[in-house]
Amino acid sequence: MANDVVVDKGRRRFLTATTAVVGGAGAVLAAIPFVKSWEPSEQAKAAGAPVLADISKIEPGQKVTFAWRGLPVFIVNRTEAQLAALPGEDARLKDPKSENTDQQPDYAQNEYRSIKPEWLVLIGICTHLGCVPDFFGDIKPEPFDPNWKGGFYCPCHKSRFDIAGRVFDGVPAPSNLAVPAYHFVDDTHILIGVNPGEKA
Amino acid sequence: MAGVFASVGNWFNERAPGLLPFYRKHMTEYYAPKNFNFWYYFGVLAFVVLINQILTGIFLTMFYKPSAAEAFSSVEYIMRDVEWGWLIRYMHSTGASLFFVVVYLHMFRGLLYGSYKKPRELVWLIGMLIFLALMAEAFMGYVLPWGNMSFWGAKVIISLFGAVPLIGDTLVTWIMGDYLPADATLNRFFALHVVALPLVLLLLVVLHVFALHEVGSNNPDGVEIKKGPKGNRWSDKAPADGIPFHPYYTVHDLVAIGFFLLLAAFIIFFAPTFGGWFLEHDNFIPANNLATPEHIKPVWYFTPYYAMLRMIPAKLPGVIVMFLGIAVLFLMPWLDRTKVKSIRYRGLGYKIALGLFAVSFVMLGAVGAGVTAETIPVWFGAEADVTSIENLFGRFWTVVYFGFFLFLWIYTHFGFEKTRPVPERVTTHE
Repeated sequence: MANDVVVDKGRRRFLTATTAVVGGAGAVLAAIPFVKSWEPSEQAKAAGAPVLADISKIEPGQKVTFAWRGLPVFIVNRTEAQLAALPGEDARLKDPKSENTDQQPDYAQNEYRSIKPEWLVLIGICTHLGCVPDFFGDIKPEPFDPNWKGGFYCPCHKSRFDIAGRVFDGVPAPSNLAVPAYHFVDDTHILIGVNPGEKA
Repeated sequence: MAGVFASVGNWFNERAPGLLPFYRKHMTEYYAPKNFNFWYYFGVLAFVVLINQILTGIFLTMFYKPSAAEAFSSVEYIMRDVEWGWLIRYMHSTGASLFFVVVYLHMFRGLLYGSYKKPRELVWLIGMLIFLALMAEAFMGYVLPWGNMSFWGAKVIISLFGAVPLIGDTLVTWIMGDYLPADATLNRFFALHVVALPLVLLLLVVLHVFALHEVGSNNPDGVEIKKGPKGNRWSDKAPADGIPFHPYYTVHDLVAIGFFLLLAAFIIFFAPTFGGWFLEHDNFIPANNLATPEHIKPVWYFTPYYAMLRMIPAKLPGVIVMFLGIAVLFLMPWLDRTKVKSIRYRGLGYKIALGLFAVSFVMLGAVGAGVTAETIPVWFGAEADVTSIENLFGRFWTVVYFGFFLFLWIYTHFGFEKTRPVPERVTTHE
């Protein structure tokens, strides 16, 4: 009896293909919880809450570092001389007009890369490989640049940024230092991590 | 008494008839060429180090705490308070560096004698996968002590994935499980380092050996002993130039293992940090996410590839070049078209090119480890522009590194190579 049965090859192929597809889809779906488990946990997200920075005691020309989400956030009170030197640097920079929109919110996409010209707020992480650049605020010749107009210098791979966090040409860092979301709560307080007009 | 052994043997043989043939195939009746030289020790030495890493690693997990708050102090606890803990940890950390020493020499042996060529392409490819898994394993192991170099090394290496277009930043956060290397990162790296990757490594090592035993070992003459005359003292069908792996090579290898362990013991007892090369000084400081070490550099075995990354002045191309430096090795069996395997019978061009390739690897290692940055002021005076001299030097050797593969293909594909005749049998067959 069994020998008389003609194998329906089309049906067999169909069953093989559908079984493989259903099995494959199942495997992909089963992988989702494991892949998702690697995302930041609720605890990690809560620890990334906004940080209120008191800027009332930051002198002109001084840089203070705040910690937000474990990142160093630089707040610099820039002097008139430092601000005046900014346009002169354009020719030596990779992205003088901050056209890479990933590196700052739109309210900081201006010549000072800030909401208020004198107050610079930056994530102090080199865009090359994540080191913390050092602050060299003075306008004076430095060993790494005889025409230094103040800014940041990364000790790891010698990337240089001007006093608006804009990256120089010919250094390993690909883009300007990032500006985090922030806004002025009042004249002496900045809330890091929240855009202007947004709720914390 | 002998009767008892025989009946126990029979008992097993009836129930597992495949075991004895399996043992014979891979040990007493695996015929390896009789002319192995010094370079053929490094495979078995890699196996010895693997066993050491697994054994010492299991004991370290009994005392180590995989959390950002406790990791650093638990390593100090192992070093100071656990009985013989310092020895177990130094065996593990020294073993990691020696693993790469023997693996790099083992790979270089392959280049010397054409062991990647037909019919051993699969052996080479599986070997390269072992190399990749080993690099991942070593990197994650280096993060576990949660010293400052662990932290910043992790940060730099993970941020390489940020160069992936579009999903880069999401990918980096996903790998870390946080917005910076944190407890979540350390914990998952621990799981991968002690469970997942060792399983992968062991599986690959088994496949590597099986793939080798299918086709048989190459030798310093690059002669296929299976194609030569048959018949030796043990079998009429076995290659005349082959000898049983056990006991001949097992005993022979024991001598090398003894010498190797002596060297390893010297390092473990007298120079466990090896002057900052095996354990970096900055890793004796606890992780601090707000203070970068003055020079972030990986352990020595990653420095040649790290140098390539640094020599390219943009992030994505730098990452691509670094990965290409490893990926191009996978292609060796197809880049090298010359049928002659051993360097003994190959053209002068190959000898010079391979020599330059080895030099480029060492020089790039020196650049990546910061040796050149320290040496340049000594040689060129304190006024010297370290960055541009170092870039020139590093880029030159990067070009030499990749030039080896390009040259090799042109040299062998267009028939420029003048090889010498390969003997019928291994040269020391008498």
